[in-house]
Amino acid sequence: MNELNLAQALNGALDTALSSDDRVVLLGEDIGRTGGVFRITDGLADKYGTDRVFDTPVAESGIVGAAFGMAIAGMRPVAELQFMGFSYPAYDQVINHVARIRNRSNHRFTAPLVIRIPYGGGIGAAEHHSESTEAIYAHIPGVKVVVPSTPRDARGLLLAAIEDPDPVLFLEPIRLYRAIKEQIPEIYYRVDIGPVRVERQGVDVTLFGWGAMMKETRQAASALEEEDISVEVIDVRTLTPLDRDGIVASVEKTGRAVVVHEAPLTGGFGAEIAATIQEQCLYSLLAPVQRVTGWDTVFPLKRSEGHYLPSVDQIIAAARRTLEE
Amino acid sequence: MFGLVNSDGSVRDRLPITVEDMRDLYADMVEARTYDEKSMAMQRQGRLATYAPFRGQEAAQIGAAAALHEDDWVVGTYRDAALNWRAGYPWRLLVLGRTGDERGGELPEGVNVLPPSITVGGHMIHAGGLAWAEKLQGSERIALTSFGDGATSEGDFHEAMNFAAVFATPTVFLCQNNGYAISYPTAEQTKSKTIAAKAEGYGMPGVRVDGNDVVGVLVAVREAADRARKGEGPSLIEAVTYRMGPHTTADDPTRYRDEAESRDWEDRDPLLRVRRLLEKAGGWTDEWQAELEKAASRVIEEAVEWAEDVPEPTFEQMMGRVFAERSRSPTQQPDGAADE
Repeated sequence: MNELNLAQALNGALDTALSSDDRVVLLGEDIGRTGGVFRITDGLADKYGTDRVFDTPVAESGIVGAAFGMAIAGMRPVAELQFMGFSYPAYDQVINHVARIRNRSNHRFTAPLVIRIPYGGGIGAAEHHSESTEAIYAHIPGVKVVVPSTPRDARGLLLAAIEDPDPVLFLEPIRLYRAIKEQIPEIYYRVDIGPVRVERQGVDVTLFGWGAMMKETRQAASALEEEDISVEVIDVRTLTPLDRDGIVASVEKTGRAVVVHEAPLTGGFGAEIAATIQEQCLYSLLAPVQRVTGWDTVFPLKRSEGHYLPSVDQIIAAARRTLEE
Repeated sequence: MFGLVNSDGSVRDRLPITVEDMRDLYADMVEARTYDEKSMAMQRQGRLATYAPFRGQEAAQIGAAAALHEDDWVVGTYRDAALNWRAGYPWRLLVLGRTGDERGGELPEGVNVLPPSITVGGHMIHAGGLAWAEKLQGSERIALTSFGDGATSEGDFHEAMNFAAVFATPTVFLCQNNGYAISYPTAEQTKSKTIAAKAEGYGMPGVRVDGNDVVGVLVAVREAADRARKGEGPSLIEAVTYRMGPHTTADDPTRYRDEAESRDWEDRDPLLRVRRLLEKAGGWTDEWQAELEKAASRVIEEAVEWAEDVPEPTFEQMMGRVFAERSRSPTQQPDGAADE
């Protein structure tokens, strides 16, 4: 066991993947010499060589398109895009090729690649560096969208993503990279892509979150418990394919649900969860499903981040609204 | 412009190919044209979805595929049925695909041709990645990607060319410059003197070849493939050709090009050229032509019959190829009702 933060856990997972599978290669901008803008690949080029860990030209579509070709030819590429706001030049590759080759070839060709994308705000970064546009990726049939929020899950989910026979977009919460430490095993282990994780059991209300917002969600749960409200906390952690059964099971028990995400409200992934709840467990619901989300605006620069980011208080207030009904 | 056979069938240089091999290439071109004509006819009858004919580009496509090894990667476009077929894609699956069935993309094991997509330009970099992986895995395989003049204006052309050059991937970039991107002439598409000249900016060789000369294309692609296999990196080949037909069955080329121009290219028909050459070499007769056409018709008819006999796809088949494992998606049942 090692006490690691999320960034270290990811670095360790990549190290483990490179050492246990010759087909694994890493590619991305500045991931070799400098270890990536967030240092997630730190030391790996030195350890495994520049024919396993590639610094590439500044070309996101090229990185993902090349990784796609490599995956079809039998490798297990892990591509890094520096920020979510820089991922859109590669969106065409993801939606038109990566997500479709299995369909286009009726399973004959497949693209088992991983695209790692640091996402989310809260670090006072420049424009394009703070976005949470997971919903536009989760809307694409044929790619899996995974978002860890703990070091233990980060390692296990990344190893599972690299092994997965299908393409996985692996979204890494920038704000949590170094925020929490956890004892995690050094052994090779997987966390299954798909199932939600019930992080805390409760009977009065369920809080659903993923990625960076899990921090505020946990804090809200602790505050509510001090008022003797029994809170269930669910880390959704895989957006697609979505574990609808896990979501429904919890709401059938608690009868109340709050969905939290950092992305804007409209068309956000919270709507998918809320719709699933009303479709499948309406009669268990004791109150309308609440959403606590970012605002329908461009993610702001540093001085307005406080206005934008969903707060612990907002989550507590939303939970209370479900209890007042 | 590089070339070995003139449009009147005379040769510019000694041909590095026997008359017998020439006859085989000609037979392949006749078979491809038969498929193209049959597909146009079937589309008019409502039996195929939109079809993009390659008439006039048979030399570029058959010549390029003939220069490759059996297991090399080929990543072409929706107009590359002749290239894909010569590289191993069976006619029956090409027809099945055009009837509107994803199962047409399920190539036999060992055939390394990617089923084409319809967006322009995004596929070129895939040949960079495929070739890169082969190089890293120590294989001799290379990847050829084919695209049109229009695709060279896409940003992905730049990313693909640059990536392949930077990592010296064994990739052959084959541009079939057929004069038009739907209605937009090549002269307006780029201010570069030639498309081959663009190679210079990426630090790779660029060759301009007469794309209606099957031997010229074969030699140019073989040289590029040899370079790639030897570890000397990618090349760009511009095969100058002409799309004799419309862009697709939904297009009317009289709106944007002169009939005189099209007539001029009739005489430069790539099949006619080989026929003239073979006639001079005593390798062509009317009887043989008739035999070829008959055999080609039979082969294509069989492919069409096979494809049209494939049972209609089921809902389960449609949903069964999103992921390796079908994920549970209880809100999406065939009748639209949620399962309890």
